[in-house]
Amino acid sequence: MAGIAKNHDYHMVEPSPWPFVMSAAVLIMAMGAIFWMKDWTPFVFFIGLAGVLYTMFAWWSDVIKEANQGDHTAVVQMHHRYGMMLFIASEVMVFFGFFWAYFDGFFRWDDVEQYARLAASGGAWPPTGVELFDPFHLPLFNTLLLLTSGTTVTWAHHALLEGDREGLKWGLVLTVLLGAVFTGVQILEYSEAGFSFAGSMYGATFFMATGLHGFHVLIGTIFLLVCLIRALRGDFTPERHLGFEFAAWYWHFVDVVWLFLFASIYVWGSWGVAIHH
Amino acid sequence: MADTTAHLEAHATGHDAASHHEPTGWRRWVYSTNHKDIGIMYLVFAIVAGIIGGLLSGVMRMELQEPGIQIFHGLAAMVYGVSGGEALDAGKNMYNVFTTAHALIMVFFVVMPATMGGFANYFAPLMIGAPDTAFPRINNIAFWLLPPAFILLLMSLFFEGAGGPGGLGFGGGWTVYPPLSTVGHSGPAMDFAILSLHVAGVSSILGAINLITTIFNMRAPGMTLHKMPLFAWSVLVTAFLLLLALPVLAGAITMLLTDRNFDTAFFDPAKGGDPVLFQHLFWFFGHPEVYIMILPGFGIISHIVSTFSRKPIFGYMAMAYAMVAIGFVGFVVWAHHMYTTGLSLDVQRYFVAATMVIAVPTGVKIFSWIATMWGGSITFKSPMLWAIGFIFLFTVGGVTGVVLANAGADRALHDTYYVVAHFHYVLSLGAVFSIFAAWYYWYPKMFGYMYNEFLAQLHFWVMFVGVNLIFFPQHFLGLAGMPRRYIDYPDAFGFFNRISSFGYYITFAAMLIFFYATWEASRKKRPAGDNPWGDGATTLEWTLSSPPPFHQFTTLPKIDSTNAH
Repeated sequence: MAGIAKNHDYHMVEPSPWPFVMSAAVLIMAMGAIFWMKDWTPFVFFIGLAGVLYTMFAWWSDVIKEANQGDHTAVVQMHHRYGMMLFIASEVMVFFGFFWAYFDGFFRWDDVEQYARLAASGGAWPPTGVELFDPFHLPLFNTLLLLTSGTTVTWAHHALLEGDREGLKWGLVLTVLLGAVFTGVQILEYSEAGFSFAGSMYGATFFMATGLHGFHVLIGTIFLLVCLIRALRGDFTPERHLGFEFAAWYWHFVDVVWLFLFASIYVWGSWGVAIHH
Repeated sequence: MADTTAHLEAHATGHDAASHHEPTGWRRWVYSTNHKDIGIMYLVFAIVAGIIGGLLSGVMRMELQEPGIQIFHGLAAMVYGVSGGEALDAGKNMYNVFTTAHALIMVFFVVMPATMGGFANYFAPLMIGAPDTAFPRINNIAFWLLPPAFILLLMSLFFEGAGGPGGLGFGGGWTVYPPLSTVGHSGPAMDFAILSLHVAGVSSILGAINLITTIFNMRAPGMTLHKMPLFAWSVLVTAFLLLLALPVLAGAITMLLTDRNFDTAFFDPAKGGDPVLFQHLFWFFGHPEVYIMILPGFGIISHIVSTFSRKPIFGYMAMAYAMVAIGFVGFVVWAHHMYTTGLSLDVQRYFVAATMVIAVPTGVKIFSWIATMWGGSITFKSPMLWAIGFIFLFTVGGVTGVVLANAGADRALHDTYYVVAHFHYVLSLGAVFSIFAAWYYWYPKMFGYMYNEFLAQLHFWVMFVGVNLIFFPQHFLGLAGMPRRYIDYPDAFGFFNRISSFGYYITFAAMLIFFYATWEASRKKRPAGDNPWGDGATTLEWTLSSPPPFHQFTTLPKIDSTNAH
C-alpha cells in the first residue's frame, strides 16, 4: 500500500468514488422503477440501471486490480470468504420468504377462517382452474441440466487446481452453456404456462419463486462468464482464484435452491392434480 | 471489558506513519474508506433524521393535547388549499401519514444508523484492535445508500397515497399491512415507501456483512471471542439479526409491490391470497428488528456501568451469551404481534411461552448490570446517569412487555396506547437513552474535546422527566381503552393526553439543551485527553489518542493471553 507504513496484513483500501456513485444510481433507478410502474416513463429506470451496471463493472475492476497488485493477503482472502458466505446466507433468507408464501397457500388453502380465500380457490390447492406443469417433463430436464452444470463447474475447479488450463476453460464453457440452456428452457416453460403471474395466489407464488431463481441463474451465468473471460486472459492460479471459487459457490447455491423448488413446488405441489400438457 | 486491561505490547498509534496520504476536503467524506469517518457521517445522518422524526411526533402531540381536532385540519388547509369537511378529512389522513413517517424514520433512519451505523462502525474496530473494518468500501456504500432511502421516504410524503382531496402520503402505519398498503393506498406514495425500505434494507445487510466479517476475522492477536468486549459482542449478534431478518422483509414488501403494480394475489383473499401471510413475514422480520434496535444499547450500557463503577462487568460470559440467546429466541416469537389475527389457541400458547422465555436472558442482563454496580465505587458522571436511566426505563418497558406477551391480556390491550407506551419505553427511552449514553461516553474520544458536564447532566434530567411524562400516562390511556393511531379521542381521555403532550414540550427543551451542549463543547475546545474516565475504562479505544489517528493500530495490539477477564 502506497504511502502508509503498516505492520499488518489487512488491506487499507484507498478512498473510492464508487460507493457514492452507486448510491446515486440506485436512487435514480428506484425512482425510475416507480415512474415506469406508474406508466409515466421507463426512461429514468434505464438511466439508473446503466449507472448501477457501470459502477459494478468499475468497482469490481478495481477489486481485480487490487488482487493482482497483491493487496489480497491471506487474511484479506479470508475476509472475502466470510463476506461471500454471509451474502449467500442473506440470499437464502430472501428465498425463505418466498417459499413461506408458497407454503402458506399449499398448507392453508382449507383454513376455514379465510372464507373469501376458500371461495376464490374453490377449496383446493392448486386453486380450481390452475393447470400445472408436468414435473417430469421440462422441469426434470432442467433439474438434470443444473445438476450436470454442478459437475462441470467442479471439473473446471479441479482442472484449475491441477494447473490444467484447457480443462478449466472447457469446464467453464460447458457450465455457462448449460446455464444458458436452463434459462432458455425456463423461458419456454413459462411461455406454455396454464396460469399467469397475475390473478391467482398460485401463479404469484410460482412465478415469484421460480422467477427469482431464474434471475439468480442469470447472475450466476454472468458470474461464471466473467470467470471464463478472466481465465482466457490468464487470471487465476492453482493457489489464487477466489473469484472463481465464489462463482462456483454461488452456482451451487442456485442449484440447491432449484432442487428445493423442484421438489416442493413442481413435484410435491402437483401430486394428484390435473397436469397441463 | 475487563479483559482488555491487557497491556499493549506495542502501543503504536502511528501518528507519523498514517499522516502521509490522508484524504482531505469533500473527498475525505464522500469517497471515504475510513470506519471512523463513516461512523461520524452515520451519526450526523441520524441526528438530522432524528430532528425530522422528532418534529413529526411534536405535531402529533400538539394535536392530541386536547380532544377534538385542533392542528391538522389547519395544516391540511394550508397544504392543500381545502376547507371545511374536506380539510378535516385531509387532516385526518395527514395525521396518519405523520405517525407512519415518524415510526419509519425513527426505526430505519435514526436508531439503526446511530447504533449499528455510527457507534458500531466507530468503536467495534477500535475495541477489537483492528485498523479498520474488513470491507471499507462496502462500509461506505452502506452509509451512502441511506440518504437515497431517506429521500425516497420523504418523497413518499408528497405523492398521492389514499387519493381524494388531501390524500398525499402513506398513512397505513409502519407495519404496512395489506389491504391498507395495497388497495387502501393505490397511489405512488406507498411505492416510494416500499423502495425506500428496500434500499435501507440493502444498506443494513451490507453493513452487517462488513461488521460480522470484521469481528470474526480482525480481532487483535490474543483477543479470543471470549475476551472480546461486550459492545463488540452486541454488534456481532445484531449484525446476524440484520443479515437474516431483513431479506425476509425485502421479500414481503416485494410481494406488496407486485400486488400493487402487477395484479398478483399474494395478499388478496379474493384471488386466493392471504393478508395474514404478510403479517407473518413482516413480524418474522419485525421482531428481530426490535432487538436490532436494543442490543447495541445493551453492549454500550455494559461498558458504561463497568467504567463508572470501576469494576469489571459482572458475569461477562452470561452477559455475552444472554445476547446470543435473545437474538436466537427473537426469531421464534414473531406471532405475539398477531394474537388478534385468528391464530389457533395452540399457536397462541406456543408464542406466549416462547415470548416469556426472553424475559430470562433479559433478566440476566438487568441483574448483572445491577450486580456490577453493587460494591463498586460509582461516579455519577453524565454517561452513567444515562446508563442508569436506561436500565430503569428499559426495565419498565420490559415488564409491560411481559404483560403484553400474554395472549389473553393482549386481546384487550392490542393496538391501544398501552402498546405505544410499552415500545416507547424500550425504544425511545431504552434505545435512545443508550444512544445518548454512548454519545456522552465516547464524545471525548470521537472529537477530542470535553463537553460541559453540567449541561450534559441537565440534558439528562430534563429529558428523563420529559419522556416519562410523555409515556407513563399512556399506560393509563391504553388500559382505559384508548386505541392508537387515531387523531381524536373521547373527552374522558383528555387529562392524561394533556400531561403526555406537556411531556413532549419538556423533552423538546431537553433536545435544545443537547444541541447547545454540543455546540458549546465544539466552541470551548477543552482537550479531553486519551482517557477521561480513569481506571474503569479498560477497552482498547482508551489506549488511543482522542480523536484516534486517521489509521490506528498500524502495529496490531497484542492481548496478553494470561490475562483473563
